[in-house]
Amino acid sequence: MTHWMDWRALPRAGVVAAALLILVPPFLPGWILFVLTKAMFMFIAVMGVSVLLRGGLLTFGHALYYATGAYAVGFCIKWLGVRELLFLIPLGALAGFIMAALVGIVMARYREVFFAMLNLAFSMMLFGALLKLYWITGGTDGLAIGTATLAGIALPGDSYGYYYFALTMVGIVTLVVYRFMASPAGYFLRAMYDNEIRIEYSGVAVRQVVYRTYLLAGTLGGVAGVLAAFTIGHIVPEDAFWIQSGEFVFVALLGVFGGVPGPMLGALVFEFLQTYASKYFPLAWQMMMGIIMLLIILFQPGGLWAIYQRIEARITGKDRGGDHH
Amino acid sequence: MNLLTIIVFDAINYAATLFLLSVGLTVVFGVMRILNVSHGGIYALGAYMGTWLALLVLEVDLPPVLTYAMLLLGALIVGFLLGPIIERLLLRRIYGSDMHIQLLLTFSILLILDDSMKLIWGMEPLFISEPYSMLGRFKVGGIIYPWYDFVLVGVSVVFGGALVWMVRATRFGKLVIAVIHDREVSRAIGINVNLVFTVAFTVGALAAALGGAFVAPKIAVVPQFALEVVVLAFAVIAIGGMGSIEGAAIGAVIVSFARALAIHLAPELELMVVYLIMILVLVIRPEGLFGEAELRRI
Repeated sequence: MTHWMDWRALPRAGVVAAALLILVPPFLPGWILFVLTKAMFMFIAVMGVSVLLRGGLLTFGHALYYATGAYAVGFCIKWLGVRELLFLIPLGALAGFIMAALVGIVMARYREVFFAMLNLAFSMMLFGALLKLYWITGGTDGLAIGTATLAGIALPGDSYGYYYFALTMVGIVTLVVYRFMASPAGYFLRAMYDNEIRIEYSGVAVRQVVYRTYLLAGTLGGVAGVLAAFTIGHIVPEDAFWIQSGEFVFVALLGVFGGVPGPMLGALVFEFLQTYASKYFPLAWQMMMGIIMLLIILFQPGGLWAIYQRIEARITGKDRGGDHH
Repeated sequence: MNLLTIIVFDAINYAATLFLLSVGLTVVFGVMRILNVSHGGIYALGAYMGTWLALLVLEVDLPPVLTYAMLLLGALIVGFLLGPIIERLLLRRIYGSDMHIQLLLTFSILLILDDSMKLIWGMEPLFISEPYSMLGRFKVGGIIYPWYDFVLVGVSVVFGGALVWMVRATRFGKLVIAVIHDREVSRAIGINVNLVFTVAFTVGALAAALGGAFVAPKIAVVPQFALEVVVLAFAVIAIGGMGSIEGAAIGAVIVSFARALAIHLAPELELMVVYLIMILVLVIRPEGLFGEAELRRI
């Protein structure tokens, strides 16, 4: 069995991916850059879902943290007029962290169905609040975000500069997640997937492990929300809606067993898929997601990453073995 | 005093709706240990199909009484068609899988159902008022109530009673209970477990479709209410205890009273209050009011 944080997998997939993401965009047309930027924050949000999933914890409500980050930016701009990314990114992370610290107190007690559905319930509560408290949140109209500044310099959401800023955040998030997965909590999290009670009998406070993972996931959600707010330029209550959470789960499922490169592959595929689907089949986008999810669950449990590994094994002529738990 | 009457009547009406909505979910979970997220999709499809057939009846100038039959027919078509198809073709493949795989599978079915409805019936709301208005109204304490609401209460009591009777008093019910307690032993002594699963899931789907079809005349059927509905149903059965029919009834009553109180006393809290109760119940008694605590197995 290969290690989840397979460092041998990194040199090839990770380095190639990083090089492509750094070098290619200046040669791409603007609309592709926009899609790539969207893939960056999608990746950061999905990392949270993905890390939880590695412990067997599925959440249908991760949009809670995404919207928390996005609205933290919204309120900051509305009341303080602050658009500085160097301030708002830590703020979004903190907002996600605090939200996760509160919700996590309840959530750390639950697993499986309850974990998934309670998360959903919390995110629906936030959605309801964002919708109903319109004098604060702007209701269904949402809030306009406008252009961010980086160290005082304007950085439009569709600019190359903003893309590279988002890419830098992806790099930082990747390092943090690697660090976490290599920590004792990360190891216990993976062991929990196989048998939680045995982990507990060996003297580990499983709730602590879940709580810490949850904090990490919430914080990542907050960061993703900040980046998303400036990329799209507008935030709405739907950012907390279940369809948003469903998209995170979908992308996580596409790449769940690929460590960090897996979700990146998933996020890129997702964003391009969505761009084309919303153009050609606007009403059938969810159906497409559903069908792809069904096919993955029934026939390809390793997601896109397993397909990639098989192709790679064929090219290099050696089988490195799958990484399906 | 008047306000109290209103709250009680509202709560009873809403409890019936909630019970019809959630009883199928609890039956499926009780027998199969799968939380069927697509339940909301089946519910919505029942609502669409029933409403659409009933509108068809009105369009060709048949007597409007037939709309009731059409609501029922729509629910039966959806339940008997979707139930076995979903169970046989899809769920059967993942009985041994992890819980999150099962959840994801039913979630993807929900996504597919949700969009199919949009593709078939469009984005415009579908609305039929005849079944609702035909029964007339009556007055309690100066407030006018439609009879239809009380028909709905009757339907849910009869349906719930029939389910409890089926589980408690029939041979099939005993087989179901055996399967719930131990699938492998049941199979070993010759119970057709696959059949029990198919029947249980079909009953669940039928309950969802019936609920959707008969609640539809009270509301406008719009796209994308499928998942909100399943969250609400989950709250109800989590409060009552997952897998318990009586629990679903109690959960429905508690949630509807809380909601009625909130609507009349603090309207902003309408949505919140349901989830607050759920969280409160789960924190104090994680298995729900009527649920049995599960043994932890190594």
